[in-house]
Amino acid sequence: MIPAPFAYARPSTIEEALQAIADGGEDVKVLAGGQSLIPVMRLRLAAPETLVDLTRVAELRGVREDGDMLVIGAMTTHADVLTDPLLAQYGQLIVQATETVADRQVRRRGTFGGALAHADPAGDLPAVALALDAEFVLAGPGGRRTVPAAEFFVDYLTTALEEGELLVEIRVPKLGEGWGVRYEKFNRVVQAWSIVAVAAAVRREGGRIAEARIGLTNMGPTPLRASATEAALVGVDVSLETVTAAAAQAAEGTSPSNDLNAQADYRQHLAQVLTRRAVAAAAGL
Amino acid sequence: MTQINVRVDGASYTDDVEPRTLLVHYLREQLGKVGTVVGCDTSNCGACTVHLDGQAVKSCTVFAVQADGCQVTTIEGVATGEGESATLHPVQRAFHEMHGLQCGFCTPGMIMASIDLLKENPDPSDEEVREGIEGNLCRCTGYQNIVRAVRQAAAEMSGKAADDPQAEPAAVDTAAADHVAAQA
Ligand SMILES: Cc1cc2nc3c(=O)[nH]c(=O)nc-3n(C[C@H](O)[C@H](O)[C@H](O)COP(=O)(O)OP(=O)(O)OC[C@H]3O[C@@H](n4cnc5c(N)ncnc54)[C@H](O)[C@@H]3O)c2cc1C
Ligand code: FES
Ligand code: FES
Repeated sequence: MIPAPFAYARPSTIEEALQAIADGGEDVKVLAGGQSLIPVMRLRLAAPETLVDLTRVAELRGVREDGDMLVIGAMTTHADVLTDPLLAQYGQLIVQATETVADRQVRRRGTFGGALAHADPAGDLPAVALALDAEFVLAGPGGRRTVPAAEFFVDYLTTALEEGELLVEIRVPKLGEGWGVRYEKFNRVVQAWSIVAVAAAVRREGGRIAEARIGLTNMGPTPLRASATEAALVGVDVSLETVTAAAAQAAEGTSPSNDLNAQADYRQHLAQVLTRRAVAAAAGL
Repeated sequence: MTQINVRVDGASYTDDVEPRTLLVHYLREQLGKVGTVVGCDTSNCGACTVHLDGQAVKSCTVFAVQADGCQVTTIEGVATGEGESATLHPVQRAFHEMHGLQCGFCTPGMIMASIDLLKENPDPSDEEVREGIEGNLCRCTGYQNIVRAVRQAAAEMSGKAADDPQAEPAAVDTAAADHVAAQA
């Protein structure tokens, strides 16, 4: 189908974008890669009055370093992520998850910020951002504010972004020496969304696990941390037994949905299996 | 209406479009470039794939206004020359020779995605071809001959013979299956 009519604005700076949002009327939508929004508009499930297209706002695109942090512009495309040298060095968890997103064509347009702002529970990047304790920099008419990942994902398709606000950049810690990572995604066919996926980052000190960060995709209306497993891993010897025992707690506190792809109890089973695989791989087993 | 300037398959166009016009509809209905087709309503099938500034995108998931100032290449622009004397692109030729199509509906998108893949990876393995065209669905061929076609094109474009001993169309694959033979 063809989307309903809308007014179109194409700003070239963040300032102009905020102005266009403010001037856009009652129902304004920001257009990033359009790979979620345009399909929804084609099905007429969304019919915004104004679209503010961010694709020409150059300052929103790209990856830079800021001390111990990587700063990823919201309009950095999935394809950019896969070829970025800084992410290759310090952001492998993001790279691995992005490789599993959609397909070549969709990754050319779809953006890191768009995937996070969309906050689909089956989306692959929210759980990664949560596992990394990413910080979300939002710009609005009243200036900028920074929201931690734990507060950014509020509910199903709902984030802390207020009306009139824009996601500008995402700050994540560099994972260097000592860290191992793995994104384990389970789906039935290529190009499909995750039935369940697990993002794991593990820091080893000698033969022990010093720190573990585990994010769960599609185990509730928002991404979740496998906190019980994380706690159980701290200080243990790196072995398949210890990892398996800790992973058995991965589904604690989750509330996955029942849908065509899987029942909730099957998702909880998957969460344990994928957590074991992801942590084992991240720990170098 | 918004005015856009685009270059499509080497020719320049200045047109008025509604912002809600999808790039694929602009190409088909305003420019008559019906070689690019629409196969779904959900951005899944890839039949509409074109190159936007040299990169494969799904033209049903881009607005025509977003192509303002850009170069678009469709399946109609990849051969060189015109009419009878035209020379097919090596990927087009390989799809033909290796029987990489049956009904042909997915083929324009398959070829545009494959050209994009080969630019990035000039010598892909079978596995890499399958991953590279994961955004394109074919309901007829079972993909087998599409993979062969892409590998044959890769070999031709890099100037060496295909190293795949099976580099010929799998025309009789099904005849080998007992249950099929029994039915025949
Ligand atoms: C066939 C197909 C398969 C897919 N498979 C997967 C998959 O396996 N895994 C996965 O994770 N994703 C998948 N996706 C989704 C893809 O990752 C999208 O790119 C992503 O979800 C949305 O990013 P976008 O840049 O296209 O955002 P858009 O579609 O442009 O926007 C999405 C939403 O976010 C808002 N928004 C975007 N940017 C901002 C911003 N900077 N500030 C405020 N609000 C903003 C928009 O207003 C809109 O509501 C798939 C998509 C398709 C079409
Ligand atoms: S028509 Fe564009 S992806 Fe199906
Ligand atoms: S040849 Fe018919 S869909 Fe591919």
